[in-house]
Amino acid sequence: MSFLQFNNVEYSYVGGDDELIQALKSVSFSIERGEFVALVGCNGSGKSTLARLCNGLLTPDSGEVLVDGKSTKEKSALFDIRKKIGVVFQNPDNQMVTTIVEDDVAFGPENLGLPPEQIRERVDWALRSVGMSEHATSGPFRLSGGQKQRVAIAGVLAIKPELMILDEATGMLDPNGRREVLDVVKKLNRDEGMAVIMITHFMEEAAAADRIIVLNNGSVVADGGKELFSTPEVFEAAGLDLPLYVRLARRLNDGGIGVGCPLTADEFAAAVAAISAKGGKK
Amino acid sequence: MRDVSMGQYYPASSFVHRADPRFKLVILILYLVTVFFCDSFFSFGFMTLFVLITILLSRVPILKVLKSLRLIIVILVFTTVLMMVFYSDATAKPLAEWGIFHIYLNGIYAAIKLGWRLMLLVLMPTVLTLTSTPTELCDGLESLLTPLKVLHFPVHELALIMSIALRLIPSLIEETDKIVNAQRARGAAFESRNPFKKIKAMIPVLIPLFVSSFRRADELADAMDSRCYRGAKGRTRMKKLKAKFSDFVALLFWCAITVCILFLNYNWFGWAFIAAISL
Repeated sequence: MSFLQFNNVEYSYVGGDDELIQALKSVSFSIERGEFVALVGCNGSGKSTLARLCNGLLTPDSGEVLVDGKSTKEKSALFDIRKKIGVVFQNPDNQMVTTIVEDDVAFGPENLGLPPEQIRERVDWALRSVGMSEHATSGPFRLSGGQKQRVAIAGVLAIKPELMILDEATGMLDPNGRREVLDVVKKLNRDEGMAVIMITHFMEEAAAADRIIVLNNGSVVADGGKELFSTPEVFEAAGLDLPLYVRLARRLNDGGIGVGCPLTADEFAAAVAAISAKGGKK
Repeated sequence: MRDVSMGQYYPASSFVHRADPRFKLVILILYLVTVFFCDSFFSFGFMTLFVLITILLSRVPILKVLKSLRLIIVILVFTTVLMMVFYSDATAKPLAEWGIFHIYLNGIYAAIKLGWRLMLLVLMPTVLTLTSTPTELCDGLESLLTPLKVLHFPVHELALIMSIALRLIPSLIEETDKIVNAQRARGAAFESRNPFKKIKAMIPVLIPLFVSSFRRADELADAMDSRCYRGAKGRTRMKKLKAKFSDFVALLFWCAITVCILFLNYNWFGWAFIAAISL
Protein backbone atom coordinates (compact mmCIF):
# COMPACT_ATOMS: atom_id res chain seq x y z
CA MET A 1 0.00 0.00 0.00
CA SER A 2 1.15 3.53 -0.73
CA PHE A 3 2.29 5.80 2.07
CA LEU A 4 -0.11 8.62 1.20
CA GLN A 5 -3.19 7.94 -0.82
CA PHE A 6 -5.96 10.23 -2.09
CA ASN A 7 -9.06 8.33 -3.21
CA ASN A 8 -11.60 10.42 -5.16
CA VAL A 9 -11.24 13.34 -2.76
CA GLU A 10 -13.76 16.17 -3.09
CA TYR A 11 -13.58 19.32 -1.04
CA SER A 12 -15.48 22.58 -1.19
CA TYR A 13 -15.66 25.63 1.04
CA VAL A 14 -17.79 28.73 1.33
CA GLY A 15 -16.09 31.65 -0.38
CA GLY A 16 -16.28 35.36 0.28
CA ASP A 17 -19.62 35.87 -1.54
CA ASP A 18 -21.43 33.03 0.23
CA GLU A 19 -21.04 30.83 -2.82
CA LEU A 20 -19.74 27.30 -2.59
CA ILE A 21 -16.31 26.97 -4.16
CA GLN A 22 -15.26 23.48 -5.16
CA ALA A 23 -11.55 23.40 -4.44
CA LEU A 24 -10.89 19.75 -5.30
CA LYS A 25 -12.81 17.56 -7.74
CA SER A 26 -12.37 13.83 -7.47
CA VAL A 27 -8.64 13.89 -6.85
CA SER A 28 -6.80 10.58 -6.73
CA PHE A 29 -3.08 9.94 -6.54
CA SER A 30 -0.61 8.24 -4.26
CA ILE A 31 2.85 9.03 -2.94
CA GLU A 32 5.45 6.44 -1.94
CA ARG A 33 8.12 6.75 0.74
CA GLY A 34 11.25 8.59 -0.42
CA GLU A 35 9.67 10.28 -3.44
CA PHE A 36 10.41 13.89 -4.41
CA VAL A 37 7.24 15.30 -5.90
CA ALA A 38 6.44 18.78 -7.15
CA LEU A 39 2.81 19.80 -7.05
CA VAL A 40 2.26 22.70 -9.43
CA GLY A 41 -0.72 24.79 -10.36
CA CYS A 42 -1.65 28.45 -10.62
CA ASN A 43 -3.40 30.43 -7.88
CA GLY A 44 -6.78 28.96 -6.95
CA SER A 45 -6.02 25.55 -8.41
CA GLY A 46 -6.49 23.91 -5.00
CA LYS A 47 -2.85 23.34 -4.08
CA SER A 48 -2.99 24.65 -0.51
CA THR A 49 -6.29 22.89 0.20
CA LEU A 50 -4.60 19.69 -0.87
CA ALA A 51 -1.74 20.25 1.59
CA ARG A 52 -4.18 20.80 4.44
CA LEU A 53 -6.06 17.63 3.55
CA CYS A 54 -2.86 15.56 3.79
CA ASN A 55 -2.39 15.94 7.55
CA GLY A 56 -6.01 16.25 8.56
CA LEU A 57 -6.22 20.04 9.07
CA LEU A 58 -9.13 19.64 6.65
CA THR A 59 -11.15 16.49 6.02
CA PRO A 60 -12.60 15.60 2.61
CA ASP A 61 -16.34 16.06 1.90
CA SER A 62 -16.30 12.72 0.11
CA GLY A 63 -13.63 10.21 -0.74
CA GLU A 64 -10.78 9.59 1.69
CA VAL A 65 -7.19 10.46 2.46
CA LEU A 66 -5.17 7.54 3.78
CA VAL A 67 -1.83 7.93 5.51
CA ASP A 68 -0.12 4.59 6.04
CA GLY A 69 -3.54 2.99 5.82
CA LYS A 70 -5.24 5.30 8.34
CA SER A 71 -7.97 7.73 7.31
CA THR A 72 -7.63 11.40 8.30
CA LYS A 73 -11.32 11.31 9.23
CA GLU A 74 -10.52 9.37 12.39
CA LYS A 75 -9.77 11.94 15.09
CA SER A 76 -7.81 9.40 17.12
CA ALA A 77 -5.40 8.80 14.22
CA LEU A 78 -4.55 12.48 13.68
CA PHE A 79 -1.65 12.58 16.15
CA ASP A 80 0.04 9.62 14.44
CA ILE A 81 -0.64 11.08 11.01
CA ARG A 82 0.90 14.42 11.95
CA LYS A 83 3.94 12.61 13.32
CA LYS A 84 4.42 11.10 9.86
CA ILE A 85 3.56 14.13 7.73
CA GLY A 86 5.09 17.52 8.46
CA VAL A 87 3.88 20.70 6.75
CA VAL A 88 5.90 23.88 6.23
CA PHE A 89 3.71 26.88 5.42
CA GLN A 90 4.28 29.97 3.34
CA ASN A 91 4.86 32.67 5.94
CA PRO A 92 7.77 31.79 8.24
CA ASP A 93 6.76 34.50 10.76
CA ASN A 94 3.41 32.87 11.41
CA GLN A 95 4.89 29.46 12.18
CA MET A 96 7.13 30.46 15.06
CA VAL A 97 5.69 29.67 18.45
CA THR A 98 8.44 31.30 20.46
CA THR A 99 11.24 33.81 20.06
CA ILE A 100 14.36 31.64 20.36
CA VAL A 101 15.35 29.47 17.39
CA GLU A 102 16.17 26.30 19.33
CA ASP A 103 13.11 26.61 21.58
CA ASP A 104 10.95 26.87 18.49
CA VAL A 105 12.52 23.81 16.88
CA ALA A 106 11.98 21.93 20.17
CA PHE A 107 8.22 22.64 20.11
CA GLY A 108 7.42 19.62 17.91
CA PRO A 109 9.45 16.97 19.76
CA GLU A 110 8.19 18.39 23.09
CA ASN A 111 4.66 17.71 21.90
CA LEU A 112 5.65 14.12 21.14
CA GLY A 113 6.54 13.69 24.80
CA LEU A 114 10.16 12.67 24.26
CA PRO A 115 12.70 12.73 27.12
CA PRO A 116 14.74 15.99 27.30
CA GLU A 117 18.07 14.48 26.14
CA GLN A 118 16.42 13.07 23.03
CA ILE A 119 14.73 16.40 22.26
CA ARG A 120 18.10 18.15 22.58
CA GLU A 121 19.64 15.60 20.18
CA ARG A 122 16.88 16.06 17.61
CA VAL A 123 17.00 19.86 17.83
CA ASP A 124 20.76 19.90 17.30
CA TRP A 125 20.46 17.45 14.43
CA ALA A 126 17.61 19.36 12.76
CA LEU A 127 19.43 22.68 13.01
CA ARG A 128 22.60 21.09 11.64
CA SER A 129 20.67 19.57 8.72
CA VAL A 130 19.39 22.98 7.63
CA GLY A 131 22.71 24.69 8.39
CA MET A 132 21.42 26.95 11.17
CA SER A 133 23.39 25.61 14.14
CA GLU A 134 25.20 28.88 14.77
CA HIS A 135 21.90 30.73 15.14
CA ALA A 136 20.47 28.29 17.71
CA THR A 137 20.16 30.83 20.50
CA SER A 138 19.29 33.94 18.50
CA GLY A 139 15.86 35.46 17.92
CA PRO A 140 14.19 34.85 14.54
CA PHE A 141 13.72 38.58 14.03
CA ARG A 142 17.40 39.00 13.23
CA LEU A 143 17.33 36.34 10.51
CA SER A 144 16.70 36.72 6.79
CA GLY A 145 13.57 35.26 5.15
CA GLY A 146 15.45 32.22 3.84
CA GLN A 147 17.02 31.58 7.24
CA LYS A 148 13.64 31.88 9.00
CA GLN A 149 12.10 29.39 6.58
CA ARG A 150 15.02 27.01 7.19
CA VAL A 151 14.26 27.27 10.92
CA ALA A 152 10.62 26.44 10.15
CA ILE A 153 11.82 23.40 8.17
CA ALA A 154 14.03 22.37 11.12
CA GLY A 155 10.98 22.67 13.37
CA VAL A 156 9.12 20.16 11.21
CA LEU A 157 12.22 18.01 10.70
CA ALA A 158 12.72 17.58 14.46
CA ILE A 159 9.50 15.56 14.52
CA LYS A 160 11.23 13.20 12.02
CA PRO A 161 8.31 12.93 9.60
CA GLU A 162 8.41 10.45 6.73
CA LEU A 163 6.92 13.01 4.37
CA MET A 164 7.47 16.75 4.37
CA ILE A 165 5.05 19.01 2.53
CA LEU A 166 6.25 22.49 1.64
CA ASP A 167 3.18 24.61 0.97
CA GLU A 168 4.60 27.41 -1.18
CA ALA A 169 7.33 27.60 1.44
CA THR A 170 9.51 29.66 -0.90
CA GLY A 171 6.72 31.97 -2.03
CA MET A 172 7.77 34.91 0.14
CA LEU A 173 11.52 34.55 -0.35
CA ASP A 174 13.99 36.26 -2.65
CA PRO A 175 15.95 34.12 -5.18
CA ASN A 176 18.78 33.53 -2.69
CA GLY A 177 16.36 32.39 0.00
CA ARG A 178 14.59 30.14 -2.50
CA ARG A 179 17.86 28.48 -3.44
CA GLU A 180 18.81 27.99 0.24
CA VAL A 181 15.52 26.26 0.99
CA LEU A 182 15.55 24.15 -2.18
CA ASP A 183 19.08 22.94 -1.49
CA VAL A 184 18.16 21.92 2.06
CA VAL A 185 15.08 20.03 0.85
CA LYS A 186 16.99 18.22 -1.90
CA LYS A 187 19.65 17.19 0.62
CA LEU A 188 17.05 15.85 3.06
CA ASN A 189 15.40 13.82 0.33
CA ARG A 190 18.72 12.40 -0.83
CA ASP A 191 20.45 11.77 2.52
CA GLU A 192 17.57 11.00 4.87
CA GLY A 193 15.29 9.34 2.34
CA MET A 194 12.49 11.67 3.38
CA ALA A 195 9.64 11.98 0.92
CA VAL A 196 8.96 15.57 -0.16
CA ILE A 197 5.94 17.23 -1.74
CA MET A 198 6.91 20.66 -2.93
CA ILE A 199 3.90 22.83 -3.67
CA THR A 200 4.96 25.70 -5.88
CA HIS A 201 4.28 27.77 -8.94
CA PHE A 202 7.97 28.39 -9.64
CA MET A 203 8.60 26.01 -12.48
CA GLU A 204 12.37 26.10 -11.94
CA GLU A 205 11.73 24.48 -8.56
CA ALA A 206 9.39 21.92 -10.04
CA ALA A 207 12.12 20.94 -12.51
CA ALA A 208 14.22 19.75 -9.55
CA ALA A 209 11.66 17.11 -8.57
CA ASP A 210 11.53 13.50 -9.79
CA ARG A 211 7.81 13.55 -10.29
CA ILE A 212 5.45 16.37 -11.18
CA ILE A 213 1.74 16.56 -10.47
CA VAL A 214 -0.13 19.35 -12.28
CA LEU A 215 -3.30 20.67 -10.68
CA ASN A 216 -5.78 22.80 -12.60
CA ASN A 217 -9.17 23.96 -11.29
CA GLY A 218 -9.17 21.35 -8.57
CA SER A 219 -8.34 18.36 -10.76
CA VAL A 220 -5.11 16.49 -11.43
CA VAL A 221 -4.44 17.08 -15.15
CA ALA A 222 -1.01 15.51 -15.40
CA ASP A 223 1.17 13.25 -13.26
CA GLY A 224 4.55 12.04 -14.42
CA GLY A 225 8.33 12.33 -14.43
CA LYS A 226 10.57 14.93 -16.01
CA GLU A 227 9.42 13.74 -19.44
CA LEU A 228 6.34 15.95 -18.86
CA PHE A 229 8.45 18.92 -19.90
CA SER A 230 8.67 17.56 -23.43
CA THR A 231 4.91 18.03 -23.71
CA PRO A 232 4.72 21.67 -22.62
CA GLU A 233 1.05 21.98 -23.66
CA VAL A 234 0.07 20.35 -20.34
CA PHE A 235 1.59 23.22 -18.35
CA GLU A 236 0.34 25.94 -20.65
CA ALA A 237 -3.23 24.62 -20.39
CA ALA A 238 -2.95 24.83 -16.59
CA GLY A 239 -1.86 28.47 -16.82
CA LEU A 240 1.75 27.79 -15.90
CA ASP A 241 5.01 29.06 -17.33
CA LEU A 242 7.70 26.66 -18.44
CA PRO A 243 11.15 26.74 -16.86
CA LEU A 244 13.41 29.28 -18.57
CA TYR A 245 15.75 26.67 -20.10
CA VAL A 246 12.89 24.58 -21.41
CA ARG A 247 11.53 27.65 -23.19
CA LEU A 248 14.97 28.51 -24.55
CA ALA A 249 15.57 24.95 -25.73
CA ARG A 250 12.18 24.92 -27.44
CA ARG A 251 13.03 28.04 -29.42
CA LEU A 252 16.40 26.51 -30.40
CA ASN A 253 14.77 23.22 -31.33
CA ASP A 254 12.20 25.09 -33.42
CA GLY A 255 15.05 26.96 -35.10
CA GLY A 256 16.65 23.71 -36.11
CA ILE A 257 19.28 23.41 -33.36
CA GLY A 258 18.51 20.21 -31.47
CA VAL A 259 19.48 20.65 -27.82
CA GLY A 260 16.99 18.13 -26.46
CA CYS A 261 15.07 19.00 -23.30
CA PRO A 262 17.45 20.44 -20.68
CA LEU A 263 15.85 21.52 -17.37
CA THR A 264 18.65 23.35 -15.58
CA ALA A 265 21.40 25.80 -16.50
CA ASP A 266 23.99 23.01 -16.23
CA GLU A 267 22.11 20.64 -18.51
CA PHE A 268 21.49 23.44 -20.98
CA ALA A 269 25.17 24.42 -21.00
CA ALA A 270 26.17 20.79 -21.48
CA ALA A 271 23.77 20.36 -24.41
CA VAL A 272 25.00 23.55 -26.09
CA ALA A 273 28.64 22.61 -25.46
CA ALA A 274 28.03 19.20 -27.05
CA ILE A 275 26.65 20.87 -30.17
CA SER A 276 29.44 23.40 -30.51
CA ALA A 277 32.02 20.62 -29.99
CA LYS A 278 30.52 18.86 -33.04
CA GLY A 279 31.10 22.02 -35.02
CA GLY A 280 27.50 23.13 -34.70
CA LYS A 281 25.09 24.10 -37.42
CA LYS A 282 25.11 27.67 -38.60
CA MET B 1 8.05 52.87 17.54
CA ARG B 2 10.38 50.25 16.11
CA ASP B 3 12.59 49.95 19.11
CA VAL B 4 10.68 48.23 21.88
CA SER B 5 13.01 46.77 24.45
CA MET B 6 10.12 45.58 26.59
CA GLY B 7 9.58 41.85 26.32
CA GLN B 8 12.67 41.38 24.16
CA TYR B 9 15.33 38.87 25.12
CA TYR B 10 18.96 40.02 25.15
CA PRO B 11 21.16 36.95 24.67
CA ALA B 12 24.21 36.90 26.92
CA SER B 13 25.89 34.51 29.31
CA SER B 14 25.55 35.76 32.85
CA PHE B 15 24.60 34.72 36.35
CA VAL B 16 21.24 36.44 35.94
CA HIS B 17 20.54 34.77 32.58
CA ARG B 18 21.28 31.33 33.97
CA ALA B 19 19.19 31.75 37.10
CA ASP B 20 16.06 29.62 37.44
CA PRO B 21 13.10 31.60 36.01
CA ARG B 22 10.87 30.50 38.91
CA PHE B 23 13.24 32.16 41.36
CA LYS B 24 13.48 35.21 39.15
CA LEU B 25 9.68 35.54 39.15
CA VAL B 26 9.43 35.11 42.92
CA ILE B 27 12.24 37.61 43.49
CA LEU B 28 10.53 40.05 41.15
CA ILE B 29 7.27 39.86 43.12
CA LEU B 30 9.20 40.27 46.38
CA TYR B 31 11.04 43.23 44.87
CA LEU B 32 7.85 44.95 43.66
CA VAL B 33 6.27 44.63 47.11
CA THR B 34 9.43 45.94 48.72
CA VAL B 35 9.53 48.98 46.44
CA PHE B 36 6.11 49.96 47.80
CA PHE B 37 7.51 49.86 51.34
CA CYS B 38 10.36 52.23 50.45
CA ASP B 39 9.77 55.50 52.22
CA SER B 40 12.95 57.46 52.76
CA PHE B 41 15.52 58.67 50.25
CA PHE B 42 17.97 56.37 51.95
CA SER B 43 15.81 53.30 51.26
CA PHE B 44 15.28 54.37 47.64
CA GLY B 45 19.03 54.74 47.24
CA PHE B 46 19.54 51.36 48.89
CA MET B 47 17.15 49.66 46.42
CA THR B 48 18.60 51.48 43.42
CA LEU B 49 22.05 50.25 44.39
CA PHE B 50 20.90 46.63 44.25
CA VAL B 51 19.01 47.18 41.00
CA LEU B 52 22.21 48.55 39.47
CA ILE B 53 24.21 45.60 40.80
CA THR B 54 21.67 43.22 39.23
CA ILE B 55 21.91 45.03 35.87
CA LEU B 56 25.72 44.89 36.00
CA LEU B 57 25.62 41.19 36.87
CA SER B 58 23.27 40.52 33.94
CA ARG B 59 25.83 41.94 31.44
CA VAL B 60 23.02 43.69 29.57
CA PRO B 61 24.18 47.16 28.43
CA ILE B 62 22.77 49.56 30.99
CA LEU B 63 21.44 51.87 28.24
CA LYS B 64 19.32 49.00 26.91
CA VAL B 65 17.64 48.72 30.31
CA LEU B 66 17.22 52.47 30.72
CA LYS B 67 15.52 52.65 27.31
CA SER B 68 12.50 50.96 28.86
CA LEU B 69 11.99 54.16 30.87
CA ARG B 70 11.16 55.94 27.62
CA LEU B 71 7.84 54.11 27.56
CA ILE B 72 6.72 55.67 30.83
CA ILE B 73 8.34 59.07 30.45
CA VAL B 74 5.01 60.82 29.84
CA ILE B 75 3.36 59.24 32.86
CA LEU B 76 6.48 59.93 34.88
CA VAL B 77 6.63 63.64 34.09
CA PHE B 78 2.85 64.06 34.36
CA THR B 79 2.49 62.41 37.78
CA THR B 80 5.53 64.05 39.34
CA VAL B 81 4.46 67.53 38.22
CA LEU B 82 0.91 66.99 39.48
CA MET B 83 2.22 65.63 42.78
CA MET B 84 4.46 68.68 43.17
CA VAL B 85 1.83 71.37 42.50
CA PHE B 86 -1.12 69.76 44.29
CA TYR B 87 0.68 68.55 47.40
CA SER B 88 -0.78 70.24 50.45
CA ASP B 89 0.87 70.57 53.82
CA ALA B 90 -1.12 72.46 56.45
CA THR B 91 1.77 72.71 58.88
CA ALA B 92 4.29 74.35 56.57
CA LYS B 93 4.52 77.58 54.60
CA PRO B 94 4.53 77.10 50.81
CA LEU B 95 7.76 77.98 48.98
CA ALA B 96 5.74 79.41 46.11
CA GLU B 97 2.12 79.63 45.05
CA TRP B 98 0.14 80.54 41.93
CA GLY B 99 -3.61 80.39 42.39
CA ILE B 100 -4.53 76.83 43.23
CA PHE B 101 -0.93 75.59 42.84
CA HIS B 102 1.26 75.45 45.93
CA ILE B 103 4.78 74.19 46.12
CA TYR B 104 6.00 72.88 49.45
CA LEU B 105 9.39 71.45 50.29
CA ASN B 106 7.72 68.19 51.34
CA GLY B 107 5.77 68.26 48.06
CA ILE B 108 9.00 68.34 46.10
CA TYR B 109 10.32 65.41 48.16
CA ALA B 110 7.10 63.44 47.64
CA ALA B 111 7.18 64.10 43.88
CA ILE B 112 10.78 62.94 43.57
CA LYS B 113 9.98 59.80 45.59
CA LEU B 114 6.96 59.07 43.38
CA GLY B 115 9.00 59.36 40.18
CA TRP B 116 11.81 57.31 41.66
CA ARG B 117 9.37 54.60 42.73
CA LEU B 118 7.86 54.43 39.22
CA MET B 119 11.31 54.06 37.68
CA LEU B 120 12.22 51.27 40.11
CA LEU B 121 8.93 49.52 39.30
CA VAL B 122 9.73 49.49 35.58
CA LEU B 123 13.44 48.67 35.67
CA MET B 124 13.37 45.23 37.29
CA PRO B 125 10.61 43.71 35.12
CA THR B 126 12.65 44.93 32.14
CA VAL B 127 15.72 43.14 33.48
CA LEU B 128 13.59 40.01 33.84
CA THR B 129 12.39 40.02 30.22
CA LEU B 130 15.83 40.97 28.90
CA THR B 131 17.48 38.05 30.69
CA SER B 132 14.85 35.32 30.30
CA THR B 133 13.43 33.88 27.09
CA PRO B 134 9.65 33.77 26.75
CA THR B 135 9.89 29.99 26.94
CA GLU B 136 11.68 30.21 30.28
CA LEU B 137 9.14 32.70 31.64
CA CYS B 138 6.32 30.54 30.36
CA ASP B 139 7.80 27.40 31.96
CA GLY B 140 8.53 29.26 35.19
CA LEU B 141 5.02 30.64 35.45
CA GLU B 142 3.51 27.27 34.63
CA SER B 143 5.59 25.60 37.30
CA LEU B 144 4.77 28.25 39.94
CA LEU B 145 1.05 28.04 39.20
CA THR B 146 0.95 24.23 39.19
CA PRO B 147 -0.90 24.09 42.56
CA LEU B 148 -3.84 25.84 40.86
CA LYS B 149 -4.33 22.79 38.62
CA VAL B 150 -6.21 21.23 41.53
CA LEU B 151 -8.87 23.90 40.94
CA HIS B 152 -8.92 23.03 37.20
CA PHE B 153 -7.29 26.35 36.38
CA PRO B 154 -5.85 26.18 32.81
CA VAL B 155 -2.23 26.76 33.88
CA HIS B 156 -0.53 25.46 30.73
CA GLU B 157 -2.83 27.39 28.41
CA LEU B 158 -2.32 30.64 30.33
CA ALA B 159 1.46 30.27 30.20
CA LEU B 160 1.35 29.48 26.46
CA ILE B 161 -0.88 32.48 25.75
CA MET B 162 1.55 34.71 27.60
CA SER B 163 4.52 33.37 25.68
CA ILE B 164 2.79 33.78 22.29
CA ALA B 165 1.70 37.30 23.21
CA LEU B 166 5.31 38.27 24.01
CA ARG B 167 6.45 36.73 20.74
CA LEU B 168 3.85 38.62 18.70
CA ILE B 169 4.63 42.13 20.04
CA PRO B 170 7.37 42.86 17.45
CA SER B 171 5.31 41.31 14.61
CA LEU B 172 2.30 43.46 15.42
CA ILE B 173 4.40 46.61 15.62
CA GLU B 174 5.89 45.85 12.23
CA GLU B 175 2.41 45.22 10.85
CA THR B 176 1.11 48.52 12.27
CA ASP B 177 3.99 50.38 10.65
CA LYS B 178 3.15 48.81 7.28
CA ILE B 179 -0.55 49.67 7.52
CA VAL B 180 0.18 53.24 8.64
CA ASN B 181 2.44 53.72 5.64
CA ALA B 182 -0.11 52.18 3.29
CA GLN B 183 -2.86 54.48 4.59
CA ARG B 184 -0.54 57.49 4.50
CA ALA B 185 0.16 56.75 0.84
CA ARG B 186 -3.60 57.07 0.29
CA GLY B 187 -3.69 60.41 2.05
CA ALA B 188 -4.67 59.54 5.63
CA ALA B 189 -4.25 62.54 7.94
CA PHE B 190 -2.02 61.14 10.69
CA GLU B 191 -0.12 64.43 10.89
CA SER B 192 -3.24 66.47 11.59
CA ARG B 193 -3.06 68.62 14.71
CA ASN B 194 -6.73 68.15 15.42
CA PRO B 195 -6.91 65.31 17.99
CA PHE B 196 -10.35 64.18 16.76
CA LYS B 197 -9.08 63.86 13.20
CA LYS B 198 -6.08 61.98 14.54
CA ILE B 199 -8.25 59.48 16.40
CA LYS B 200 -10.46 59.09 13.34
CA ALA B 201 -7.39 58.43 11.20
CA MET B 202 -6.50 55.50 13.47
CA ILE B 203 -9.69 53.59 12.60
CA PRO B 204 -8.46 52.55 9.11
CA VAL B 205 -5.30 51.33 10.84
CA LEU B 206 -6.96 49.36 13.62
CA ILE B 207 -9.45 47.47 11.46
CA PRO B 208 -6.88 45.95 9.06
CA LEU B 209 -4.68 45.26 12.08
CA PHE B 210 -7.52 43.31 13.70
CA VAL B 211 -8.26 41.36 10.54
CA SER B 212 -4.63 40.47 9.97
CA SER B 213 -4.22 39.46 13.63
CA PHE B 214 -7.02 36.96 13.26
CA ARG B 215 -5.50 35.60 10.05
CA ARG B 216 -2.14 35.35 11.77
CA ALA B 217 -3.70 33.51 14.72
CA ASP B 218 -5.37 31.10 12.32
CA GLU B 219 -2.12 30.34 10.52
CA LEU B 220 -0.23 29.92 13.79
CA ALA B 221 -2.91 27.52 15.06
CA ASP B 222 -2.60 25.46 11.85
CA ALA B 223 1.18 25.39 12.18
CA MET B 224 0.91 24.30 15.83
CA ASP B 225 -1.61 21.59 14.97
CA SER B 226 0.67 20.37 12.18
CA ARG B 227 3.49 20.08 14.70
CA CYS B 228 1.52 17.64 16.82
CA TYR B 229 0.36 20.12 19.47
CA ARG B 230 -2.49 18.79 21.62
CA GLY B 231 -2.32 20.85 24.78
CA ALA B 232 -0.45 19.94 27.93
CA LYS B 233 -1.29 16.26 27.47
CA GLY B 234 1.85 14.14 27.24
CA ARG B 235 4.06 17.15 26.60
CA THR B 236 7.66 17.20 27.83
CA ARG B 237 10.28 19.95 27.92
CA MET B 238 13.72 20.19 26.38
CA LYS B 239 15.02 22.50 29.07
CA LYS B 240 14.01 21.19 32.46
CA LEU B 241 13.93 23.80 35.19
CA LYS B 242 16.50 23.02 37.87
CA ALA B 243 16.94 25.08 41.01
CA LYS B 244 20.61 25.66 41.77
CA PHE B 245 22.22 26.51 45.09
CA SER B 246 22.95 30.02 43.79
CA ASP B 247 19.20 30.54 43.14
CA PHE B 248 18.44 29.93 46.82
CA VAL B 249 21.27 32.29 47.79
CA ALA B 250 19.85 35.01 45.53
CA LEU B 251 16.37 34.54 46.99
CA LEU B 252 17.69 34.72 50.57
CA PHE B 253 19.68 37.80 49.64
CA TRP B 254 16.57 39.60 48.36
CA CYS B 255 14.62 38.51 51.44
CA ALA B 256 17.36 40.16 53.50
CA ILE B 257 16.97 43.37 51.46
CA THR B 258 13.22 43.33 52.11
CA VAL B 259 13.84 42.97 55.83
CA CYS B 260 16.32 45.87 55.72
CA ILE B 261 13.77 48.09 53.97
CA LEU B 262 11.09 47.16 56.50
CA PHE B 263 13.51 48.02 59.31
CA LEU B 264 14.31 51.38 57.75
CA ASN B 265 10.61 52.00 57.34
CA TYR B 266 9.23 50.98 60.73
CA ASN B 267 12.30 51.25 62.98
CA TRP B 268 10.85 48.61 65.36
CA PHE B 269 13.61 49.01 67.95
CA GLY B 270 13.67 52.79 67.82
CA TRP B 271 17.33 52.95 66.75
CA ALA B 272 18.51 56.52 66.57
CA PHE B 273 20.66 56.18 63.41
CA ILE B 274 17.64 54.96 61.43
CA ALA B 275 15.56 57.89 62.63
CA ALA B 276 18.40 60.18 61.52
CA ILE B 277 18.42 58.94 57.89
CA SER B 278 14.66 58.63 57.39
CA LEU B 279 13.75 61.71 55.42
